[in-house]
Amino acid sequence: MPLAPATEARLGWTHLPGLGPIVGLALLCLAGTLLTPDFATVDNALNVLNRTAFIGIIAIGMCFVIISGGIDLSVGSMAALIAGAVILLMNALGEKGWNSTSVVALGMAAAVLLGALFGMAHGLLITRGRIEPFIVTLGTLGIYRAYLTYFSNGGAITLENTLADAYGPVFYGFFLGVPVPVWVFIAVALAGALILNRTAYGRYVQAIGSNEQVARYAAVDVDRIKVRTYMLLGACVGIATLLYVPRLGSASPTTGLLWELEAIAAVIVGGTALKGGAGSITGTVVGAVLLSVISNLLNLTSIISVYLNAAVQGFVIIAVAFLQRPRR
Amino acid sequence: MTFATRRLLIASAVLALAAPATALAQNNVNLGVAIPAATHSFTAGIVWWANEAKKELEKAHKDLKVTIRTAANAAEQANQLQDLTSATKINALVVFPFESAALTKPVAQVKSKGVYITVVDRGLTDESIQDAYVAGDNTAFGKVPAEYLAKALKGKGNIVALRGIPTTIDNERMDAFTGVLKNHPDIKLLDAKHGNWNRDDAYKVMQDFLTRFKQIDAVWAADDDMAVGVMKAIDQAKRTDIKIVFGGAGAKDAIKTLMDGKDPRIQANVSYSPKFIYDAIKLTAEARLKGEKLPPKTIVPSVLITKENAKGFYFPDSPF
Repeated sequence: MPLAPATEARLGWTHLPGLGPIVGLALLCLAGTLLTPDFATVDNALNVLNRTAFIGIIAIGMCFVIISGGIDLSVGSMAALIAGAVILLMNALGEKGWNSTSVVALGMAAAVLLGALFGMAHGLLITRGRIEPFIVTLGTLGIYRAYLTYFSNGGAITLENTLADAYGPVFYGFFLGVPVPVWVFIAVALAGALILNRTAYGRYVQAIGSNEQVARYAAVDVDRIKVRTYMLLGACVGIATLLYVPRLGSASPTTGLLWELEAIAAVIVGGTALKGGAGSITGTVVGAVLLSVISNLLNLTSIISVYLNAAVQGFVIIAVAFLQRPRR
Repeated sequence: MTFATRRLLIASAVLALAAPATALAQNNVNLGVAIPAATHSFTAGIVWWANEAKKELEKAHKDLKVTIRTAANAAEQANQLQDLTSATKINALVVFPFESAALTKPVAQVKSKGVYITVVDRGLTDESIQDAYVAGDNTAFGKVPAEYLAKALKGKGNIVALRGIPTTIDNERMDAFTGVLKNHPDIKLLDAKHGNWNRDDAYKVMQDFLTRFKQIDAVWAADDDMAVGVMKAIDQAKRTDIKIVFGGAGAKDAIKTLMDGKDPRIQANVSYSPKFIYDAIKLTAEARLKGEKLPPKTIVPSVLITKENAKGFYFPDSPF
């Protein structure tokens, strides 16, 4: 992982509390290198980053929502429903004889649009409807997955073969030796960091999370900012889904199961407070990578009983949270 | 539907009052079916086959009524069992228990009301409750692929295996698989990890197996969904050492691939069809209509599916 030391040095002295997840990740990578020669290879690193991309991109959107003091429990179900709906749309267009490239392009655009629309619905219910985000998104968590199950009759919705071939490179393709999803992940992370730290909108998000009343008195249009935050997360889910669909070319009721918890865990492990107000995109990215390194390491070795995989994940999450606990 | 049910209930209640109760119990069968909801493709198959059985049997027998209830978890299923006995007043029950231990007491409650009980797939912890047991063959589910792989690899090679969600069913299959491999010392089972009967998890596990093991001759994916993820991971890594990927259960897409010979790595499968719920409902209904009993144990065999016999296992209308 050539990036890690540079980031560590840059952040080392300025953001001391943000160091926890990076130290955790470094320790985990060290352990991995010692345990098996297969771990510290370029191919394995790319595998890990590639599969982190989905959760990572969602986690970046989730980071905004959590900083603003909200939460979204529906992202896994939302991803599943978007995947299913987009596949159905693409199959329908394909049957009409459209050419594959434009069908795929349209499908990708539809994924992002659908995500943003779902996000807008959340935002409006939360701000105009004055319902707790936990309840709104708990409700949609059930709704989205149930609709996917309904559309698929409980089975799988599968992308047409010719379309799957045309769509394949979006997940399986490489650019300068690095898989496409990793590039998208990097781009979304950079954009996220820029928006959070360098724009008025980003500062409003942090202000609302740290004290909503004060932000309101300071003439911040709290409702509009909140709706946009949920839309941003929805769009991120859409981007993650458009990368996910070509991997298996199918969506089923088990798609995206528990992604919401993984995304929230990545954000929190990365040093963002669940109560909102402040947080970091770098931390979120490191948190997401850390989570997938754990399961990668467990697959590459067989020292620990397979029945205990989830326990190892739990121990590491708690240990990293301990490393970066706030000072009293 | 509920209105019709109620009318029928009232009608039968009136009838019961008018005629001596014994005459009714023999001929009229009010059959309850309690199964898991369609949350993944296998249970979707269960729901579909149960409805097929209802359609066919109710058409064939006037004095039979079938009520199907699907549950998303064990607690919901327990409530449904209560409703089936107290409101629907069933006199026979076919139950696919969500969990063995949690459903034992609720099913015993139903039994105490004099209802005939057929248990499907997952056994209860107290076997004395059930009148009959119909299940798939989990031992053969592990044994058949192991024997096939041993033969196909000519007794020599490296295998990796995927496992389902940690359950007794999964253990039974795995034990049967490793049991056969013990007779073939030159076949090495490199590792077995849980892919949770899920395509995405299987993809990740396989990707890491590929990183870890440079020579793999065959994969026991142990499930047709997991086989999908496994194949994608192999294709992505552009590995050509894997000669066989053995799924399991006989999902329709997998059977289609086998029938058409679309992928040289998929040469065989093992049956574990959700159709056994159809068999269980049919056997129970027909036996009870005649006032007969079922054999205490009916095991629907898991058999090897190859290109030659694949047609008999292909049900294009089923979601599974």
